[in-house]
Amino acid sequence: MSKNTSSSAFRKIDVDQYNEDNYKEDECGESQSPPVGPDEKEIINFLNQYPFIKNSIEALKTVLRNAPISSRNQMVKDAALNIVMQVLLSVKSAQIEEAVNALDRDQLDILMKYIYRGFETPSEGSSGQLLAWHEKVHAVAGVGCIVRVLTDKKRV
Amino acid sequence: MPESLSFGIEPITAHAWNKDRTKLAISPNSPEVHIYHFQRGEWKLEEILKEHDLKVTGIDWAPNTNRIVTCSADRNAYVWTQSEEKKWRPTLVLLRINRAATCVRWSPLENKFAVGSGARLISVCYFEKENDWWVSKHIKKPIRSTVTCLDWHPNDVLLVAGSTDFKVRVFSAYIKEIEERPSSTPWGSKMPLGLMMAEFSNSINGAGGWVHSVNFSSTGDRVAWVGHDSSISVADASKGMSVTVIRTDFLPFLSCLWVSENRLIAAGHGCCPMLFEVEETGQVQFAGKLDASLKKETSGVSAMKKFQSLDRQARETNDTSLGTLHQNAITSVCLHTGTKAGATKFSTSGVDGLLAIWDFNNLESAMRGLKFN
Repeated sequence: MSKNTSSSAFRKIDVDQYNEDNYKEDECGESQSPPVGPDEKEIINFLNQYPFIKNSIEALKTVLRNAPISSRNQMVKDAALNIVMQVLLSVKSAQIEEAVNALDRDQLDILMKYIYRGFETPSEGSSGQLLAWHEKVHAVAGVGCIVRVLTDKKRV
Repeated sequence: MPESLSFGIEPITAHAWNKDRTKLAISPNSPEVHIYHFQRGEWKLEEILKEHDLKVTGIDWAPNTNRIVTCSADRNAYVWTQSEEKKWRPTLVLLRINRAATCVRWSPLENKFAVGSGARLISVCYFEKENDWWVSKHIKKPIRSTVTCLDWHPNDVLLVAGSTDFKVRVFSAYIKEIEERPSSTPWGSKMPLGLMMAEFSNSINGAGGWVHSVNFSSTGDRVAWVGHDSSISVADASKGMSVTVIRTDFLPFLSCLWVSENRLIAAGHGCCPMLFEVEETGQVQFAGKLDASLKKETSGVSAMKKFQSLDRQARETNDTSLGTLHQNAITSVCLHTGTKAGATKFSTSGVDGLLAIWDFNNLESAMRGLKFN
């Protein structure tokens, strides 16, 4: 019978690897979200039009709707991340709240994923802006939103 | 204020009540099961059940036949019966599994029980009179990961199981050797053992989490589950297996329980039991926190307060206690008084070693404007 020991090496042994009907995570496939991601030109167009805030919100909705969550192509995901970052950083701090309030719950969940992904690759001034976004999204969608970033198998 | 009992600092992994709620079985996160007895106004330790070699993961107390079933990480289950001298005697049940058992539930008629396990199967166990022992039958397909939770349908045949493969499945656990042929339900009419009647995914487009707890409603038409993505879902067999999901703002729930046909309780990492309502349309709505907080939650740390206290008392005030009764995650919720169709009391236990009994009659006055039942 097993005894408690201080060694934890046994936890790292993959005892299931020889099991023929082993559980694999990838069955969901690329079913629903478009594999190509958002169209950069369309988004840039949005951002350059007047009035800025309204179009930023439209741009944000469009990128979140077209987020390539189910895609297995890292290039597509990175490209989408770049576009989302452009949109997020283009919104003025005072207008973040208005933008967040215009999104529905599912969009907020995806937005939160992008905020965390954005923290991974900081650029000049981006982290401060993302923290402002993070605060506003958290105020609306609560900790549940952060939990879903951690639990979801599909990453942005 | 809910009634609360503290059992030290060790987590309570599971708890179960006897029929008249004068006795309580808990597992203090160890291979032991402690039986407490309510005598002269206090809970006294009556007996310690020692038979398992590893941590006990599940306890269930059959109210009418007064038998306790326990399952453990040592891959065994024991059925405990009381002898004439009031001592509990174990009977080993061969589950035939090669991973830890995770959860156990008596069926409503108490003639069989089901054990979920890390071996990706459910053992349905019943007593065979001819051989005088417990026999187990397996439900295997198509479970693809650890079974984390179980619940029986009131018809004594159907069984719902939640699993770490993000799925909730309704199976038939019909044992033809000991039971009459079951009558048809909204879940289906033919029910050979192991047949999957329905399968629900706790994952939409890859977003989801594994399932922590499942619960059939009092009629058995609805099944609710909670997942690690802080969601609560309700599936309704009488409405064409329609599923409604609510992704909440809170930390994930670890346990859920129906307290009437339209209301359910969920509790978990947030340390506070919460009430949810299912509306006519099938929509699930958050109805309120049941823990009328003992102290007001302060919003963050105020810099001014911090320096004020440093100035006045030359030290920082460190109040790290939570604004809820439970000071750590609630891991299990049990019915205390009443039935699933109309519960008046329920109990919660958690990682903080605390067991609390919540009375809806008291809660009603504490939460003005909210009517129960």
